[in-house]
Amino acid sequence: MTMQTLPPIHEYLRSHKKFPHVWCAGCGAGNVLGSIIRAVGHLGLDRDEVAMVSGIGCSGRMPVYADFNTLHTTHGRALAFATGIKLAKPNMQVLVVMGDGDALAIGGNHFIHAARRNVDLTAIVVNNGIYGLTGGQVSPTTPMGAYATTATYGQIERPFDIAKIADAAGASFVARGTVYHILELEKLIEQAIVKRGFSVVEVISQCHTAYGRLNMMPTAVEMLKWQRDNTISVAAVAAGKSAEGKITRGVLVDRELPEFTDVYFNQVVARAQELTGRAER
Amino acid sequence: MVVEAATVRFMQGSEAVAEGAMAAGLRFYAGYPITPSTEIAEILSRRLPRVGGVFIQMEDEIGSLAAVIGASIAGLKAATATSGPGFSLMQENLGFAVAAEIPCVLVNVQRAGPSTGQPTAPAQGDVMQARWGTHGDHPIVVLTASTVRECFDQTVRSFNLSERYRTPVILLLDEVVAHMRERTVIPAPEDIYVLERPQPAVPPEWYFPYEETDADVPPLASFGEGYRYHVTGLFHDRAGYPTLRQDEINPWFERLFRKIELNVDEIVQTQGEMLEDARTVIVAYGSTARAARQAMKEARAKGRRVGLLKLLTLWPFPEEQIERATRTARRFLVPEMNRGQVRLEVERVVKGRADVVGVHRYDGTVITPTQILQALEAH
Repeated sequence: MTMQTLPPIHEYLRSHKKFPHVWCAGCGAGNVLGSIIRAVGHLGLDRDEVAMVSGIGCSGRMPVYADFNTLHTTHGRALAFATGIKLAKPNMQVLVVMGDGDALAIGGNHFIHAARRNVDLTAIVVNNGIYGLTGGQVSPTTPMGAYATTATYGQIERPFDIAKIADAAGASFVARGTVYHILELEKLIEQAIVKRGFSVVEVISQCHTAYGRLNMMPTAVEMLKWQRDNTISVAAVAAGKSAEGKITRGVLVDRELPEFTDVYFNQVVARAQELTGRAER
Repeated sequence: MVVEAATVRFMQGSEAVAEGAMAAGLRFYAGYPITPSTEIAEILSRRLPRVGGVFIQMEDEIGSLAAVIGASIAGLKAATATSGPGFSLMQENLGFAVAAEIPCVLVNVQRAGPSTGQPTAPAQGDVMQARWGTHGDHPIVVLTASTVRECFDQTVRSFNLSERYRTPVILLLDEVVAHMRERTVIPAPEDIYVLERPQPAVPPEWYFPYEETDADVPPLASFGEGYRYHVTGLFHDRAGYPTLRQDEINPWFERLFRKIELNVDEIVQTQGEMLEDARTVIVAYGSTARAARQAMKEARAKGRRVGLLKLLTLWPFPEEQIERATRTARRFLVPEMNRGQVRLEVERVVKGRADVVGVHRYDGTVITPTQILQALEAH
């Protein structure tokens, strides 16, 4: 397994130019990038045909390391930029990497509308429940009662469930994984890329620097153990295990819905051109 | 409608913008409804699919300009149109397009403001916002128009300048010009100069999207064409990668300004009338220039030495043209539907060598020739 994962890293990373990376030792962002690279490698995608788009935050720095067509946009707007790329070049695979604050706070409007439109984008939300790059402020997914630099007395707001929002807003594919279950994550991302339509993979990740140290998990190892102990796979639930108090992992939504670029080019453009042709005759 | 030869039409400014955009090769429009610019979106929603282009109504103006920039990076000529409140929302991504040097056209049909203001009433209050609305020191190109034909020509020119200089171009119109209908000659396609985006002449391994070049504008490769590179709003090096090094930041920042400043002769356009002996020069733009022209004619009929300098480019500011006018002018009259945004610029250039008098209205009502004539007599 280890030997098989090496070639994609050389193929798809800007290995000679952009390392070392900016993330803290123990950060989950690098693991997520590794999973994306391995998923793309496994699918054998042509680097020229892949775009990676990000917003602002720790996750926003991810595309610079990947040898694709890469775009690091403004805070929360990655999906809107990606929509433009996808419509201009419908054959490209467009991967969008966002953090929880990026995707659900400042970018929440773009998130629900990208899902509603069902544009063929793969949205990977690195959910560490905190604003890491700015030093540990509460995010829309910070658990109630957790501490943050702007929640000195504990978070009093309820967190968003990213997967439920994606489902309700109309995404074709919704999955949840963790950095701890890294091989499973790779497969979920692969399925999300293959799926035609708006696909969301929520990745529960760790930020021990900004979140863990304020919440009794001061190392990455403790945070990874938390992911192990507090999640359960949908397969285990299906087999009869109790999901009580646990977060489910795996494919949560997988359905066939009309995809925006298909509908636009096959129906709108075709209809407009047919009507124009008729008018000119 | 396919325009084959020059045609004469009775049309609206907004229509002329849409026709100009199609003539310039627009293939992607993303926008959000807002009065008084909505007609542009409505027309393009019909026109673009007929040529295989993309029209998309986004969730807000922030997303609209974001999608436009994304499409432009992927190789399509792209534009959006809005008005004051939407223009405010676009400032964030406007700065991104400046810093990342992504061509795009942004039409702002100004309405009375601030805030929601008067959606259907004319104003020219966004002149300074167009210049400085997005944060940080930056260059910008802003064009304007005062006739329906100019709406067409200036739209085409906006695309051409945007592609040539890898910069967003703002076409700053006002409600009167956008909604006014008049007899308009639309030139034949072969008479319209359309610039296609320059493409890199080197193989991907030699390509640097932010390299210093002789013309200060490195060609922009499109995503998906084999030139894999990085685009960011962070300060970046010649490859597009983030950098903290002053020896990489300074040359890039200087080139960003130089590519505009060294080309003001091509970018800046004005129209002078009766300026040769003018003791009073009226400096006007947009629909106000129409009233100014009438006022000038009536003053001339009374033997007054009055001339008109109509601005077609607002930024970079036409300094040289104002400078030339100071040779004869004892006085500049600047009518505008704001409290003096261009007047302050005229004062800056004139440096006290002549009087600079403003004629202002900001209550959602146009400035009339009579109001300008009264100001001529009063001072």
